[in-house]
Amino acid sequence: MPSIIRVSGLTKTYQSGFTALQNVDLEIHRGEIFALLGPNGAGKTTLISIICGISSPSEGSVLADGFDIVRDYRAARSKIGLVPQELCSDAFENVWSAVNFSRGLFGKPANPEYIEKLLRQLSLWDKRDAQMRELSGGMKRRVMIAKALSHEPDILFLDEPTAGVDVELRKDMWQMVRELREQGVTIILTTHYIEEAEEMADRIGVIRKGKILLVEEKQALMDKLGSKLLSIRLQQPVSEVPEALAEFSLQLAEDGDTLCYRYDSRQESDSIARLLRKLTEQGLEIRDLHSSESSLEQIFVSLVHEQEQ
Amino acid sequence: MNLYAIRAIYKFEMARTFRTLMQSIASPVLSTSLYFIVFGTAIGSRMGNIEGISYGAFIIPGLVMLSLLSESISNASFGIFFPKFSGTIYEVLSAPVSSMEIVIGYVGAAATKSVTLGLLILLTAQLFVDYHIQHPVWMLAFLILTAVTFSLFGFIIGIWADDFQKLQVIPLMVITPLTFLGGAFYSISMLPEPWQTLTLFNPVVYLISGFRWAFYGVADVNVAVSLGMTMVFLLICLTVVWWIFRTGYRIRT
Repeated sequence: MPSIIRVSGLTKTYQSGFTALQNVDLEIHRGEIFALLGPNGAGKTTLISIICGISSPSEGSVLADGFDIVRDYRAARSKIGLVPQELCSDAFENVWSAVNFSRGLFGKPANPEYIEKLLRQLSLWDKRDAQMRELSGGMKRRVMIAKALSHEPDILFLDEPTAGVDVELRKDMWQMVRELREQGVTIILTTHYIEEAEEMADRIGVIRKGKILLVEEKQALMDKLGSKLLSIRLQQPVSEVPEALAEFSLQLAEDGDTLCYRYDSRQESDSIARLLRKLTEQGLEIRDLHSSESSLEQIFVSLVHEQEQ
Repeated sequence: MNLYAIRAIYKFEMARTFRTLMQSIASPVLSTSLYFIVFGTAIGSRMGNIEGISYGAFIIPGLVMLSLLSESISNASFGIFFPKFSGTIYEVLSAPVSSMEIVIGYVGAAATKSVTLGLLILLTAQLFVDYHIQHPVWMLAFLILTAVTFSLFGFIIGIWADDFQKLQVIPLMVITPLTFLGGAFYSISMLPEPWQTLTLFNPVVYLISGFRWAFYGVADVNVAVSLGMTMVFLLICLTVVWWIFRTGYRIRT
């Protein structure tokens, strides 16, 4: 798949001497939803700020749709829309003029039909004459999204789009992001809610202390790093794991009631069958079976933890 | 050239002006009217003519300049300071606009506003004092040139300021004294030495003198020098703004 954004050797050192990004290489594919995952202060916002032109890179380069963000900044920036993390707006401006202002700023002639469509899509049409200060937090965030989309960008950056947003609005936001992708917009979102990346992303990048730890297809990442847990509930509790089952390194839980088997879902496809057979051989009767995948959260925590050691 | 962006910024700034019409237009016009009543009509009637001009008429150019300078600075500085303060500047920084386009938008709007205000004050002055403008084209030229120069100056202050106090300190502590001491209410020839020579280091003297020449054909310093000094100040401001955008000073991290 062709890249729409190509970050090469990007380093950012602030005047204070703090290095926020260290030699970052990253490719974003056209038309995908990419989630940049990382703890607070990992460099997510710095990376976005540089790509969008708010911050200047110390070293390295970024191409947006083939245009260098410094040399061809006009062409590059007109492709990009940004929804920043902070909700900031001119309190006394109304929604309609705020969104039209953004369109003009990005060098596009006025197009009231398009803006109307956009506002309707974001359920803001009824609020078009309202001043920003009259809007709720969720509404404001939607206005920020409308502003970012006002110039019909090919690339949309959402910096922590659902921070401080209630569950319902979050679901709406996810739905909207999917619709945008269907329209061909490439979406890069940062988040520290793993649930969000898991729900939405095609690919996931993990960033920590200014370094990209990995970039993977979401499914591949979960398959690769994910293990499954099989809980076997027994009819009769046992005091210890029988010798014959030692090879499975089972763990006893729930007062000897449950045996837990952790396995890699991609290897040894017959291990479960063997385990169950052996259980029957040992005369242990099974009452219930439950298997669960490890979530991205567990993967993430173990990944970040691994790096720390 | 991203003309749509210039227009967007310009329109946004002008809309802000209209939202605050009382504060931005009505209040300077009112305070200048008070000067006309006190100095022009009440005290002025007991004062002798200065270089053949009645005192009331003599102070008009200075009073217009007084408002023009302070309004240009406060409009332009607030215009750029506020987005920085509220965070909305992210949008301008991430937009495909050049620094020149940003300056044209913000400074253009601030200058438009202060020129309009200057003209309104001149109209108001007609109510109190009878005056005649000898060189209307030059009067307008000085008005616009000064408005642009000091809006640029205000833009610089707005970028430099990182709190509200700094925003106020230069207009209040520097510009107001310089204007009062710059011959707004007197001719500098009325000053004893060494003040007469010292006052020539005050840039506002040249602005007021040139402006007054456009009204009445009389000036404290040669009009060409006035024009030259205004241009020099304009160039200094342009250079500083150019440097600000080149280095990203207090705008781009």
